[in-house]
Amino acid sequence: MLARIKNIMVPLSFGVVFLLLWESAVRVFDLKPYFLAAPSKIFEQFTKNTSRIWDATSVSGTNALVGLIIGTILGIAMSFVLSRFSFLNQLITPLAISLNAIPIFVLVAVLNNMYSITSEIPRRFMVTLVVYFIVLVNVAKGLTQVRSTHVELMRSYAASDIEILRKVRVPNAVPYLFTALKVAAPASVITAFVSEYFGGLQNGLGSRITSNIANSKNAAAWAYVLGACLLGLAFYTVSIILESVTRKGETK
Amino acid sequence: MSAVEVIGASKIFNQGKAQQVDALVDVNLTVNQGEFVSLIGPSGCGKSTLLRLIANLLEPTSGSLMVNNKTVSQARLDQDYGMAFQQAGLFDWRTVSKNIELPLELKGWDKEKRAARAAEMLELVKLPEFANLYPWQLSGGMQQRIAIARALAAHPPLLLMDEPFGALDEMTREYMQGELLRICGETATTVVFVTHSIPEAVYLSNRVVVMSPRPGRITSVIDVDLGAKRNEDTRAADGFFRNITAVREALRGTQAEHASANAIRGLEDR
Amino acid sequence: MNFARRVAYRTAMFIVSIFSVVAIWELYKIIGPQDGGKFFGVSVLPRANNTAMPHVSTMLSRYSRPEVRGSDKKIWAVVLSGAWFSLRLSLVGFFLGTTIGVGLAVLMARFKIVQRGLLPYLVMSQTVPLIALAPLVVSWGGKLEIGSFVWPRWLSASILGTFLAFFPIAVGTLRGLSSAPAAAVELMESYAASWKQTLFKLRFPAAVPFMVPAFKLGASGAVVGVVVAEISTGLKGGIGRLIIEYAREATGDPAKVFTAVFGAAALGLVMAGFVAISDVFLMRNRPKESSI
Repeated sequence: MLARIKNIMVPLSFGVVFLLLWESAVRVFDLKPYFLAAPSKIFEQFTKNTSRIWDATSVSGTNALVGLIIGTILGIAMSFVLSRFSFLNQLITPLAISLNAIPIFVLVAVLNNMYSITSEIPRRFMVTLVVYFIVLVNVAKGLTQVRSTHVELMRSYAASDIEILRKVRVPNAVPYLFTALKVAAPASVITAFVSEYFGGLQNGLGSRITSNIANSKNAAAWAYVLGACLLGLAFYTVSIILESVTRKGETK
Repeated sequence: MSAVEVIGASKIFNQGKAQQVDALVDVNLTVNQGEFVSLIGPSGCGKSTLLRLIANLLEPTSGSLMVNNKTVSQARLDQDYGMAFQQAGLFDWRTVSKNIELPLELKGWDKEKRAARAAEMLELVKLPEFANLYPWQLSGGMQQRIAIARALAAHPPLLLMDEPFGALDEMTREYMQGELLRICGETATTVVFVTHSIPEAVYLSNRVVVMSPRPGRITSVIDVDLGAKRNEDTRAADGFFRNITAVREALRGTQAEHASANAIRGLEDR
Repeated sequence: MNFARRVAYRTAMFIVSIFSVVAIWELYKIIGPQDGGKFFGVSVLPRANNTAMPHVSTMLSRYSRPEVRGSDKKIWAVVLSGAWFSLRLSLVGFFLGTTIGVGLAVLMARFKIVQRGLLPYLVMSQTVPLIALAPLVVSWGGKLEIGSFVWPRWLSASILGTFLAFFPIAVGTLRGLSSAPAAAVELMESYAASWKQTLFKLRFPAAVPFMVPAFKLGASGAVVGVVVAEISTGLKGGIGRLIIEYAREATGDPAKVFTAVFGAAALGLVMAGFVAISDVFLMRNRPKESSI
């Protein structure tokens, strides 16, 4: 119990000290708002514009969510195919790994061109693509990297490939799926967000931040950044909750 | 002057809490210069804890410990002992001779002196041709010999060993026991040796210290009367089996507590 | 020998997979709907016509064209210099990120209280789109003055690279520093080694297998940060700016933007290549199992 309080109190006090330092730095050194806005000003802007920030957040959030769901489903489906055909696996894995090194989101510039200008599809497409590869690589790993003793045991029971898949490979892949989701959920928000920098509809968080800065309303821009952070945290928290719910029955 | 002096040492983990464990209670032990002493007993009897108290890796809850008439903490600072563990614990990123040089580096020896000593130690453990290989290119037995060479590199008068041959196969193990006796004979090193194996303890030791758990304590000390010179024939001698039986019977007294000791396993096998 | 064969096989597979992507692209152009396809009233399928999806050969042919009519500067040269510019910014970001990341990791390994207080925020910082700060940080450029030092705009882009690079490096290094086996730590204690000696003789060498993958993530993070900063603010000179510019010309010349997109991909691969080389160098004397 004491340890738990300590676990919360230490980071909390670090956070409070940080905010206080930030606030006092802005006041003492009289920092210009274009450099750093004071936390109190940001919070003021946040409460004043709550409904507008909420609108922008829901636009970006919907794009992220749609892409996350579709990308996860496609990723899982494809990983089953890959675990069945090792040639395809060898073909796609190096591609997926090298995509990790590439700023893949620049494809939005191309995707925008493939759809009409008012479409949200390119952004969702982009999120899907990013999520797809994260899920694919991880789940495929979970399906193939099973303990050889387990497979040998199943073979000694004369189990079929389908049975081995259901009783060994799939359970083994579940933790990998959640590892992937914990990475993919924040990544989906970030991608949705960055996609807005490429033009198109100006209704999401990313566009609002740029336009507020262009108008020198930096505290307001920070307030939208705060909204973006909350959205990212919400996605991450949900992925953690999902994980703990599905793993509840499992022995530790 | 005795090599190791343990006077009324106790070690209690989590004192005053629900998970309190009396790892060692009121242990007295004297190890003489040049002596080979084994600590044997079931899991949880505190033999590794006792070794770590002597090494000053743990502080005793009460009592005092001396190594070569110094406090154990001074002995540690002076590198008066070398230590070897069940895992050879060689550093993957250092060559064999650089591994042996590690304690010398920490002592601030210069390069030529270190290299000369490493070469000398490699001769001692009969692996001179492996100086520039990396540990993972060696077999388990060879790695353990390098670990012994490392432990003896600074020529400490005392060697502390925690089940050093526990991970080796039986053939390698017997070979290593012979090598250890030869090396300690040549260097006149005192050894305190923790083991699970009765024949190993008897073959190596002048004295076998039998310990029992809950609370960890010394129940008996058996003098092994096999003489100073031991070789492969010793393993077939009548005296060998007589001593093994003596140790086994002393250990049997600890059996009653064995079952309950299993419950707190894990503390000892850190 | 075996190692060389495996590398050759992987490279071959990589090339085959690139060609498969090209083949799928071209195949879609043949069978896909010219004006996009609708499912349940939502246009999901992209348009397959030459304005939306140019032929791969058309994209490649653009490299040898001049950037603007009448100019003698060819597109390949422009893309190359843009990628080179962004590469330098990414390297600055990466090195700053490495310094901060490794420094934080050492601090957290040394003082448990710092780890307790800081680590939750580091983890949190990765779940929030810190990249949202890009336009803010870039707006410092030219305005912020510290003494006689005027904050250049490009430095803001590098700082964003640092933002995205330092976290994986800090976490990976921390995990690596704590990966030293208990017996090895005990051994160092038995030598009465100081904390600093243990750090340099044991913890850092033991951390290398953890730091290399962290550097890979950090390197790609640095590239992403720099390119996003360039795109969101139109910072001149880099590959991000080129992508935005060429994307605007897409109605007239849809193939042109691909030249810059490929340039960004090459940039990422070059950064990854740097880390891969250091990987081979650092892990050359390590057991082969752990190097995978």
